Amino acid sequence: MSGVVTLKINGIDVGAQENETILDVARENDIFIPTLCYLEGLSRIGACRLCLVEVKGISKLLPACATTVAEGMEVFTDTDRLRKYRRLIVEMLFTEGNHVCSVCVANGHCELQTLAQQHEIDYVSLPYLYPQRTVDASHERFVFDHNRCVLCTRCVRVCDEVEGAHTWDIRGRGIESGVITDLNQPWGTSVTCTSCGKCVQACPTGALFMKGKSVGEMVHSPSFLTFLAQMREAKK
Amino acid sequence: MTKKRLATVWLDGCSGCHMSFLDIDERLLLLADKLDLVYSPLVDQKTFPDKVDITLVEGAVSSEEDLHKIQHIRAHTRILVAFGDCAVTGNVPSLRNSVGAESVLRRAYMEPDLINPQFPTDVIPALLPVVRPVHAVVKVDVHIPGCPPSADTIFSVVSDLLSGKSPEVMTSTHFGA
Repeated sequence: MSGVVTLKINGIDVGAQENETILDVARENDIFIPTLCYLEGLSRIGACRLCLVEVKGISKLLPACATTVAEGMEVFTDTDRLRKYRRLIVEMLFTEGNHVCSVCVANGHCELQTLAQQHEIDYVSLPYLYPQRTVDASHERFVFDHNRCVLCTRCVRVCDEVEGAHTWDIRGRGIESGVITDLNQPWGTSVTCTSCGKCVQACPTGALFMKGKSVGEMVHSPSFLTFLAQMREAKK
Repeated sequence: MTKKRLATVWLDGCSGCHMSFLDIDERLLLLADKLDLVYSPLVDQKTFPDKVDITLVEGAVSSEEDLHKIQHIRAHTRILVAFGDCAVTGNVPSLRNSVGAESVLRRAYMEPDLINPQFPTDVIPALLPVVRPVHAVVKVDVHIPGCPPSADTIFSVVSDLLSGKSPEVMTSTHFGA
């Protein structure tokens, strides 16, 4: 049968379509690879680096969400080296923002918090940066809290690729980066925002939430965005 | 069996971790057989004793007094435990770090409509410029995240420490738990 490849993940033989990514194949086979910026149905940008895997014969680490499988590939998803880097990445995400889980709207429903527990992060060894960040509550239904943003850009992509509004974008470079609405103006004054709320549902942390939600009350439903994208794909 | 010497201290926190410790309920009697509580907000002992086996530290390091205390405690403790999110991450006390100590003092002592607004100069310990988690100041041996850690988590970690085992912490708690 053409278009089918076989490869090994953690020593287990698996079959895959030749255009699938390592992450797709791993998930089909119930092999856990952590992700953050990845959301099924949106474009794959390999930005958060949490899904990095080792591939035999390649010295650098590859993002599983953006790497296509190949015949005979030998992938390792859970090595000491990967665990070390993943822990460091999660720690850096905690230090770069102001993530105070106990008073966050997304406490108990946050992908960053879950990642920390999955990686058994009992404390953050890097120094916290305590950046000065703002909260934009100018939209009539939603709030954006820059303190909790991990710059995964799921909001940017869902707004552009699923809603087609492209209200969200990124400004700045490196540690100065931040997401913006329209021309870096208060969200409530945006002329492109349709108030559909897809960005809110896509957010992995407590950065985007519905007004009126208190600590631990904001439960996101990113899976409905995946459903939307799949239905659209089926229509084509 | 000789009893282990346990201390608990309360730096910049809300005492919720101590409340959760008391929520161990009747299992406190099981612990009491294995330990002497030599210093704690729960007992009347003014000075931190020498040769403490285990100290649970609730709260972040926020003031000159906290800093002085934690250094003294570290020097006299074998196993220092960062007890709860404030001790582990800075948590709520560290919210002031992005605006600075002076702005919170101004908010509390100058902005309200007071008869004689003034910054406190004595009695109340001076605030440090930055609130820090305990491990940023002294070496910490065990971290128990949680706001507060549950009674079950505390019981299991303290029991393990009392019997000399390396405690399983992260299976039952996390930041913000």
